[in-house]
Amino acid sequence: MSINTTNMKSRKLKSQIFYAIILICTLTTIAVLAALLISVFSKSIGWLNWNFLSSLPSRFPAKSGIKAGILGTLWVIGLTAIISFPLGIGAAIYLEEYSKKGWLKELIQINISNLAGVPSIIYGMLGLAVFVRQWGFGRSILSGALTMTILILPVLIVAAQEAIRSVPSSMRHGSYALGATQWQTITGVVLPYASSGILTGTILAIARAIGETAPMIMVGAAAFISFVPGGIMDSFTTIPLQIYSWTGKPQAEFQNVAAAGIVVLLAVLLLINSIAIILRNKYQDRVKS
Amino acid sequence: MNYNKLVDNVIKRILLLFAAISVITTIAIVFSLLGETVSFFKEVSIVEFFTDTRWTPLLEPKHFGILPLICGTLLITAGASLISIPIGLASAVFLSEYAGNRTRKILKPVLEILAGIPTIVYGYFALVTITPILQRLIPQTNIFNAASASIAVGIMTIPMVASLSEDAMKAVPNALRHGAFAIGSTKFEVVTKIVIPSALSSILASFILAISRAIGETMIVALAAGSTPKLTLNPLESIQTITGYIVQVSMGDTPRGSIESRTIFAAGMVLFMMTLLMNIISMLIVKKFRRVYD
Repeated sequence: MSINTTNMKSRKLKSQIFYAIILICTLTTIAVLAALLISVFSKSIGWLNWNFLSSLPSRFPAKSGIKAGILGTLWVIGLTAIISFPLGIGAAIYLEEYSKKGWLKELIQINISNLAGVPSIIYGMLGLAVFVRQWGFGRSILSGALTMTILILPVLIVAAQEAIRSVPSSMRHGSYALGATQWQTITGVVLPYASSGILTGTILAIARAIGETAPMIMVGAAAFISFVPGGIMDSFTTIPLQIYSWTGKPQAEFQNVAAAGIVVLLAVLLLINSIAIILRNKYQDRVKS
Repeated sequence: MNYNKLVDNVIKRILLLFAAISVITTIAIVFSLLGETVSFFKEVSIVEFFTDTRWTPLLEPKHFGILPLICGTLLITAGASLISIPIGLASAVFLSEYAGNRTRKILKPVLEILAGIPTIVYGYFALVTITPILQRLIPQTNIFNAASASIAVGIMTIPMVASLSEDAMKAVPNALRHGAFAIGSTKFEVVTKIVIPSALSSILASFILAISRAIGETMIVALAAGSTPKLTLNPLESIQTITGYIVQVSMGDTPRGSIESRTIFAAGMVLFMMTLLMNIISMLIVKKFRRVYD
């Protein structure tokens, strides 16, 4: 049998060229991330200071601050967490522990994965039509938080389901053997075991909500708020919304203000994600031991 | 004991209600869009909506042809796919087939960070960094243009293609690779003739998810693509997408109940239908072509 060496050579060359292309594409990704971070951080230098963090929005770039945005984000996200946490976990418990296989479970499950693919601006339109207008909550923090809740629920439910699914059934059986009811088993055995997994999922879902801009525009968060919100029926602004309004302004200096806002936003997200990672590691350690 | 059983039953019902919220949400989305869309079509004929080539609801004379907005949306989506699909797939191949442990430890977080960056930041990046670069390369580029927004949307969706495709390729059993190597295949041949075909359904599904995300992307196009609805395929011009239009109207103060404010619901309905179609296609692909390896 003769081996065609010229053919082998060209095939090997092809393989090497392929590797080079793959490598370049992959490195592009890293380069883009670096370019993005450098572009933002370099513009924010000199603008990100205590004055920026503690001032309200202003017509003048130098006097603009993100205090209203930070507090607005805190209010909306805090309320979102309070509402979505029990709903998401409750739904996940139902789907994993109570529901039997059948059309109802299938329907809900397909629905959830479908909702995850709906653009966030559509959730904003739902919030506008239902919470702002029909329920009469107006352009308030409450409307914003309810909209965010609906938006992150699918993500939250899926994450909580995965955490609950990871609980070995032998633990449930042990609990039933001692005469516990299903609810006692869930609260006494399943939830404690799945708790850090659920928490991690929740935190990641919340992190996603923090960066969302479009739905908040739809429910009418204002870009220019010259006071600090004091209750859930107050009007509000958020960090991403401030960034949007600064980026869109014609004066070039506002781009630096926007960059400072982005650094604040990224710092908040970094903090939240680190908490999630620490929780995840703790959880993995415990499962191992 | 009876009391406990009662509690169990009541709680089961309450939790069912929580789970049903997802179904209620879908119904609410459809009805809230439908209500205003129906009132919109009482004033504007459905034929005009889908055939008129001008979209000027905020100017006189008013025209209500959605085509320019759909064209803008598709232009952005096509441009974004040109970036996210090849780069995402290449990164997936690299991660799954070439990268050692140490490289993975750098690359994975990079993709995770890219996936976690809010879209508003990509919008800023498009306007402040990508557009000036484009203008230096091609001087006639408009300050608001489809190309810049497409690039940013493409970058944003790279992690989605990369991580889903990588998962699919990793699920291909090693025995298949070894078999191909054993009959003298090069790595290139193993990747393109064995690994990618075996993982094809999930890879295609990841493309469609990325496309669907690009169709619905809002903040990047609102900042960088412009606000002039136009039937054009020139990426250097200012255009407008469906989402961009919805934001433009929401930031202004159109009186509630006016025809202008209803246009956003009609446009939103079209958007919802487009993404729904994409989701259904991706589900069908996964269902139909899935190969399961044990």
